[in-house]
Amino acid sequence: MATTALTPAASAYRSGLYEWVTTTDHKKIGILYIVNSFIFFFLAGLLALGVRSELAQPGLQFLRDENVYNQLFTMHGTAMIFLFIIPMLAGFGNYVVPLQIGAPDMAFPRINALSFWLLPLGGILMFSGFLTGGAAAAGWTSYSPLSQDRPLGMQGSGEDLWITGLVLIGTASILGAVNFLVTIFKMRAPGMTMFRMPILVWTVLVTSVLVLMATPVFTSALIMLFIDRNYGGHFFDPATGGNAVLWQNVFWFYSHPAVYVMVLPAMGMISEVLPVFSRKPLFGYKAFVFATAGIGALGFSVWAHHMFTTGSVFLPFFSLMTFLIAVPTGVKMFNWIFTMWRGKLTLSTPLLFALGFLSMFLIGGINGAFSASVPVDFALHDTYWVVAHLHYVLFGGSVFGVFAGFYYWFPKMTGRMLSEGLGKVQFVLMFIGFNLTFFPMHILGLSGMPRRIADYASTAGWNELNLAASIGGFMIGASTIPWLWNVMVSLRGGRIAGDDPWEANTLEWATSSPPPPYNFDHLPEIRSERPLFDLRHGRTLPAATLPDPGPAPLPTVSGGDATPPKTTGRSAAARTRKPKP
Amino acid sequence: MTSDSRALVATTEHTPVAGMAHDTRGGISNPILGMILFITSEVMFFAGLFAAYFNVRANAPQWPPSEFAHTLRWLPTAEAPIPVVTIATIFLVASSFTCQLGVWGIRRGDRTALVRAIGVTVVLGIVFLLMQAYDYTVLGSEGLTLSAGTFGTTYYTLTGFHGAHVFGGVIMLSVILYRAMAGQFSARHHDAVEATSLYWHFVDVVWIGLFSTLYIL
Repeated sequence: MATTALTPAASAYRSGLYEWVTTTDHKKIGILYIVNSFIFFFLAGLLALGVRSELAQPGLQFLRDENVYNQLFTMHGTAMIFLFIIPMLAGFGNYVVPLQIGAPDMAFPRINALSFWLLPLGGILMFSGFLTGGAAAAGWTSYSPLSQDRPLGMQGSGEDLWITGLVLIGTASILGAVNFLVTIFKMRAPGMTMFRMPILVWTVLVTSVLVLMATPVFTSALIMLFIDRNYGGHFFDPATGGNAVLWQNVFWFYSHPAVYVMVLPAMGMISEVLPVFSRKPLFGYKAFVFATAGIGALGFSVWAHHMFTTGSVFLPFFSLMTFLIAVPTGVKMFNWIFTMWRGKLTLSTPLLFALGFLSMFLIGGINGAFSASVPVDFALHDTYWVVAHLHYVLFGGSVFGVFAGFYYWFPKMTGRMLSEGLGKVQFVLMFIGFNLTFFPMHILGLSGMPRRIADYASTAGWNELNLAASIGGFMIGASTIPWLWNVMVSLRGGRIAGDDPWEANTLEWATSSPPPPYNFDHLPEIRSERPLFDLRHGRTLPAATLPDPGPAPLPTVSGGDATPPKTTGRSAAARTRKPKP
Repeated sequence: MTSDSRALVATTEHTPVAGMAHDTRGGISNPILGMILFITSEVMFFAGLFAAYFNVRANAPQWPPSEFAHTLRWLPTAEAPIPVVTIATIFLVASSFTCQLGVWGIRRGDRTALVRAIGVTVVLGIVFLLMQAYDYTVLGSEGLTLSAGTFGTTYYTLTGFHGAHVFGGVIMLSVILYRAMAGQFSARHHDAVEATSLYWHFVDVVWIGLFSTLYIL
C-alpha cells in the first residue's frame, strides 16, 4: 500500500488543539465522539457505583439522603443512554461508515462537527444540575407528575437543565441522522450498490431512520414538559385537564425505538467482527438486512409495552407486536451462529467481545420475551427483573459490541495494535463482573424487589444477592483499568498495525492506518460486499489508480504505482466537485 | 463562471479526491435530500405536538371550554368584522406561491424574478408574524393565555412553535435574498433556493393543518 505524505500546501496545519476543535474530518469527529462518550461512560459508571455502594447492605449507610440516591440513578441512566451508548455508536458510525462505502467524508462535514459539539454542551448542562442544588431525580423516564414543578415533584433547576441538555443532544442526533442518510444514499463509491454495503452501514441506515422519525417526538415531549414546569402549561398535569399518560406515550414513542438505536449499530459492529475472525462470509447477508429493516419497522409499534400497567393501552396488540419483534432478532442470532459454524475461529479480543454480545444479548432477549407477556409483566413491572433485562440488552449487548468494535478498529484509528493479553484480562473481568452484577437481579426481581429504592428491609432475603451485585459492579469498574492501561501503552509503543492487520473484507482496510484526510488514494474494484476478499483472492483487478496528482491543494499520495486510470465512461468534468459560486 | 473558479475545477480535477468527493450520478442533490430528511424530522416534531393536542382535546369534557368558546374566530362576526387570522393565513399561503415563482425564475436563470419573488415572500412572512403577534395580544386581553387551561396551553404551544418556524424561515429567505442580490445563484447552481423553498412550503402546510384543526375543526 502506498505511503501517504502531506504536500507542502496541506501542511499549513494549526496547533494540534486548534485542529481538533475546528476539524470537519469525519475520522477526527468520530474519535472525538468516542473519547467524549468514554468520559461520560466513566462519570455515569461512577454514579452506578454510588448506587451499588448504597444497595450493598440494607439501611442507609453511604448516602444520607434518598434524594441524592434518586439523582444518582437518574443521571446514571440518562448519561449512559444519551451521552454514552448512542453517541458512542454514532462515533463509530462516523469513523467507519464513510470509509466502508468508499467516500472521502460525510455529506455535510460542518453539520457533522456541529452535531458532535452539541453533545458535550448538553452533557455539561445536564450534569451542572449537581452544582445548582440537585440534578434531575425523576428517573431517566421522568414521568409526570413526578417531574412537575410542585411539592413532592421536581422543584429546582436540575430537571430543567436535564430537559435543556436532552433537547440539545436530541438535535445533535437528528442532524447526525440526516448526515448519515445523505452520506449513505449519495456518497457511495462506484460499484458500491446498496446490497454490497457492509452490514454496519445497513444498521446505521436503519438506526438513522429511527432517530429521524422518533427523536423529534421526544423533543416535542421535552418542550411540553418544559412549558408545564416553567410557563404554567397543562399538558401532563391531570389536575387541570392534562394527561399524565400522554407523557408516557410520547416519551416511549421515542424511547422504545431508542433501544434499537442503541443496539442495531452494535449488532452491525459484531457482524463486521464475526466474519473476519471466523474466516467466512456473513451467513445470510440479505436475511440480515431485511431483519434489520424489520426490527426498525416493528420498533415503532411496541412502545406501549412499557405501559401495560397503566390500563390505558390496548394490551393484545402491543403484546403481540413485542413478541413479533423477537422473530427478526432470532433471524440475526442464526446469522451469527452460522457465520461461525465450521469457521476457522481466531479467539482474539474483538471476537471474544462479540461472543460476549451474542450470549448476553440472547439472555436479554429471552428475559425480555417474558415481560412481553401481559400477565407476567403485571407481576414483574418496576422490579429488578426489568433492571436485569435492560442491562443484559444494553450492557451485555451494546457495551460488549462497543468494545468488540473498539478492539477491532483501534488499529485503523491509531495505526497501532492493542495488547491481546490485557484485552483478554479486560474481557474476563468485565464478563464475570457483568454477570455477577446483573444475574442476581433476576432473582431479586422475581422475589419482588422494586427498582429505584435506596433501602430495603434486612429481613426481605435480598442481602446476599445485593452484595453480590455490588461486588460485580466494582469488578466492572476494575475491568476498565486494564483497558485504559492497554490504550495508553499501545498509543505510545504498540505494535504497528499496517493497513489490514485482521485480513478483513471491507474498504476501510484498503487505506493506510490511520487513513489520510480524504481517506483513499485509490479504491479497489467493488464487485461484492467483500471487495478486499475479492482482491486478495484475485477475483478483481488490482486497484485502479487515479492520475498522478501533481501539486495539489489537498493532502495527497506519493509513491502510488503509475497504472493508467480506469476509464469509467463518464467525463471527468461531470465528476468534479462543484465550485463555490 | 469566473476564471478563479475555472482554476479550482482544474486543480480538483487532478487530485486523487476528484470523482470521489461528489459522485453526481444524477438524482437529487445532497443539500436538497438533506433538507427533505430534516423536514421529515420536523413533521414528526409537529406530529408530537398534534398528538398531545388531540389527546387533551379528546379528554376534555367540552372543547373549546365555554369561557373561550368565542375567542378563536376565523369568520367575520359583528364585533370583529375583520378576522385577522384568516387574512394572515391568506398571506402565508400566497407567500408559498411567490416563493415558488422565485424558484421557477432561477431555474430559467432569471435572477431578477428570483429577487423580486423572494423579496415579496420575506415581506409576506414578516406580515404574517406581525399579524400573529397582534392576534396574541387580542386573545391575551380576552383572557386566553398560555396558562389558561389545556386550551390555552395547546393553542399557544402549537401556534408558537409554528411562528418560531416561520421566523426561522424568514431568516433563511433573507439570506437567500441577500445572496440572490449578490448574484450568487444561477440556473445550474441554486440548491440553497430549492432547499429553502421546500422548508417554506412545509411551514405553510403545517399552518394549513394548524388553522383547520384549531379554528375550523
